[in-house]
Amino acid sequence: MKIRLENVVKEFQTFRAVHGVSLDIESGELVALLGPSGSGKTTILRMVAGLEYADGGAIYFGEENATDIPVRERGVGFVFQHYALFPHMTVGENIAFGMKVSKVKRTPREIAARVTELLDLVQLGGLKDRFPGQISGGQRQRVALARALAVDPRVLLLDEPFGALDANVRRDLRRWLRKIHDELGITTLFVTHDQEEALDLADRVVILNKGKIVQEGTPEAVCRNPADAFVMNFLGDANRLDADIRGGKAYVDDIAFEADGVADGSGQILFRPADVTWREDGQGISAKIVRVIDRPDSRRVLAMTGSGQAVEFDTAPEFPHRKGEAGFIDIRRPRVYASA
Amino acid sequence: MADHGKGRPPRVGDNKVFRRVLLTVVLLLVALMIVAPLVVIAVEAFSRGIGYFAKSIADPDTRHAILLTVVTALIAVPFNTAFGVAAAWAITKHDFPGKRLLTVVIEIPFSVSPIVAGVSYLFVYGLQGLFGHALQAADIKILFALPGIVLASMFVTGPFVARELIPLMQAQGRDLEEAATSLGASGWRTFFSVTLPNIKWALLYGVVLCNSRVMGEFGAVSVVSGNIRGQTNTLPLHIELLYHDYNAAGAFAAASILACLAIVTLVAKVALERRGAGRVQRPSALAGADSITPEVKP
Amino acid sequence: MRRRVLPGLPLALGITLVYVGIIVVLPLAALVFKAASLGPEDYWRIVSSDRALASYRVTLLCALAATAFNLVFGLSLAWVLVRYRFPGRRLVDALVDLPFALPTAVAGIALTTLFATNGWFGGPLSHLGIKVAYTPLGIIVAMSFTSIPFIVRTVQPVLEELDPALEEAGQTLGASDLSIFASVMLPLLAPALLAGVSLSFARSLGEFGAIIFIAGNQPFSTEITALLAFIRLEEYDYPASAAIASVMLLTAFVMLALTNLMQARALRYTVKG
Repeated sequence: MKIRLENVVKEFQTFRAVHGVSLDIESGELVALLGPSGSGKTTILRMVAGLEYADGGAIYFGEENATDIPVRERGVGFVFQHYALFPHMTVGENIAFGMKVSKVKRTPREIAARVTELLDLVQLGGLKDRFPGQISGGQRQRVALARALAVDPRVLLLDEPFGALDANVRRDLRRWLRKIHDELGITTLFVTHDQEEALDLADRVVILNKGKIVQEGTPEAVCRNPADAFVMNFLGDANRLDADIRGGKAYVDDIAFEADGVADGSGQILFRPADVTWREDGQGISAKIVRVIDRPDSRRVLAMTGSGQAVEFDTAPEFPHRKGEAGFIDIRRPRVYASA
Repeated sequence: MADHGKGRPPRVGDNKVFRRVLLTVVLLLVALMIVAPLVVIAVEAFSRGIGYFAKSIADPDTRHAILLTVVTALIAVPFNTAFGVAAAWAITKHDFPGKRLLTVVIEIPFSVSPIVAGVSYLFVYGLQGLFGHALQAADIKILFALPGIVLASMFVTGPFVARELIPLMQAQGRDLEEAATSLGASGWRTFFSVTLPNIKWALLYGVVLCNSRVMGEFGAVSVVSGNIRGQTNTLPLHIELLYHDYNAAGAFAAASILACLAIVTLVAKVALERRGAGRVQRPSALAGADSITPEVKP
Repeated sequence: MRRRVLPGLPLALGITLVYVGIIVVLPLAALVFKAASLGPEDYWRIVSSDRALASYRVTLLCALAATAFNLVFGLSLAWVLVRYRFPGRRLVDALVDLPFALPTAVAGIALTTLFATNGWFGGPLSHLGIKVAYTPLGIIVAMSFTSIPFIVRTVQPVLEELDPALEEAGQTLGASDLSIFASVMLPLLAPALLAGVSLSFARSLGEFGAIIFIAGNQPFSTEITALLAFIRLEEYDYPASAAIASVMLLTAFVMLALTNLMQARALRYTVKG
């Protein structure tokens, strides 16, 4: 099922508003809505589900305008952030609930068979008669997914699906969810504030800030070509140096960088800590090492440029230089943006 | 909350017709069952005019009943408060064998009929009771006198202060007191400078409820007081007496005093609840209700 | 057990035990002792006399009726207070506690005046052929009034804390309002409802002040058990009074135990396995 959002608007007195978002999600695609808290990503997800009404714009499921279809008839599978499992029902009863209340009548035998099938799918075969309070967070998450899938939804929506889990459980579940998605081929939209999660899991990433889409594209596209300083910062650690932009060049301490198409005036150069080479002489911005921090697989260096701006970069563990030494910072893949 | 506006699909029970019908029926019942009794007290109290009302209140027997009620409260409430604080301190700041049992025993008076309480006191201090003859020999009057009334009131209101403090102090834990003690504060100092400031509103809340119940207690006191007009009649007993004397206006005049006390109590309750008192869930009443979504380690 | 760090246990526990001992345990023990001194035959004769049995029946049936009424009314009132916004909501919320704050004798004469045949409600009702004051209906009214707050105040916080996502989950799975209420919300409110119901029922069984004015107090028809214990006392029949009071005490304890059992059962899904 293809989903299309057309200029969707949602006003709140507080944050979490959405200001005109348009988005196409292809059938069978796995898309991440990525943004900091309050960026409106969960509101968008809830509007797609019908748990929130849009104040303007339209939402299409395929060719059908779904904007005013009530949540119960919309046919979405929704996995809540804290799973919202019914605590007084067993795992099996939770999964069966949607089928029991459905207008499509199923015999108890059919329901039981489907529950078993779903439990196998989410690899929880033995837990059918446990209560949600008796299983682990990762298991609850999978029950929530099975429950959502039980009603054969047209679209699967997940709100921060891994937010409440430990880091290693999270990684396993991520890969596993991707596998399930590939098996079922269901159109899936999920919300996350964790860029690693979005990049790891999604076919396409939609980055939001303050209720607007700031960039969308494949993980490769957004990583290699961040649209602005916000995206660059949000996707990972970045150094920022103030620069003067004059005639397609950006100057930092008299060192020039390519800045094609960036308007003259003040601007900034952003670059990843891994994209720096320390040189004892020659090219680069002059700097002094302030501190060296050891890490299991690398060495992080804190330095100060001649004009007093802080820079952090990663080097091999064998990096020989020490605090107080002077040298030059050579930047690969710098990105230049005009100041907002 | 800002997101409960029109932009949200209806929640369960938000159907317009259902909502209107339910609201109407409930408010009507509140008016009939709760507001009407209050109104009828006021109307009946002044049914023979304000002069008669004033005369009823100024009647020496009524004045004596008011005095006795106030004196009873002045004795019973402080004792009860001291007990409540001590019990809460022992139960929440310490571990000792039999703690659970003690918690249950403290709550017993809430489940026992006031009549049972009154009758029980008779079998301790009455002539047929355990100490009856000894007390008579020593010429100490407990029953049909102030001490009996005070004791019975203390039974009935036993748990009020403790039950407000225990859940709150349980929730607050022992960290602050342990910190104060480790800094060298004495027990009293710790209590007055660290514990008390954090529980003062809940304490006051318990005291207000306790006082209201002491002043209004009828069943237990009516057994132990002997109902001697102008001597051992508290205000609620005096109301009964006037009512059975076919002096309804007088009875309601006296009742209006207690009704005012009830309203003052309600106002104080609302004010104290705004400061956070009375909000902690009671383990006894809501055992486990707070663990509906329990935390379980994988 | 952790080592004792904080001071004050001996004093605090001492005060507590002395108070509980003198105020609560001693009198109840004296009552049990007195009732036990009757001997099984006399005891049984008193507590199973026709008049006593009639009083149990009236008390139990009226308490059941009052509690059933309050179950519906209390749940509705809690629902309205938590889920709806309307002018005067805070006032209604505060008024819910009036039956606790208003002394029972005051409530008793007020209700009697309202429901007597010449009263505001009693008049119109008597035209319909319904007599409330001085009938078991009056007892039910008094019991309902005094125990209204129990169910409201136990259900209200749980309803407030009920996770909205559970309702939303029901909605996304296609459930109707009615089935979400019946299969999701009601079971989660059940422990609180149960607590409220048992408190309300226990209070109704023991209520005295509010009832004796409106009940009419006719033996075998409108005489509640608490009153019978009181009357035996006024007749200087102390053993009988003790016996009947001990039945009430036993009932109260059985209620307490039953409540805890039922609560544990209603919350069995929280038991970790």
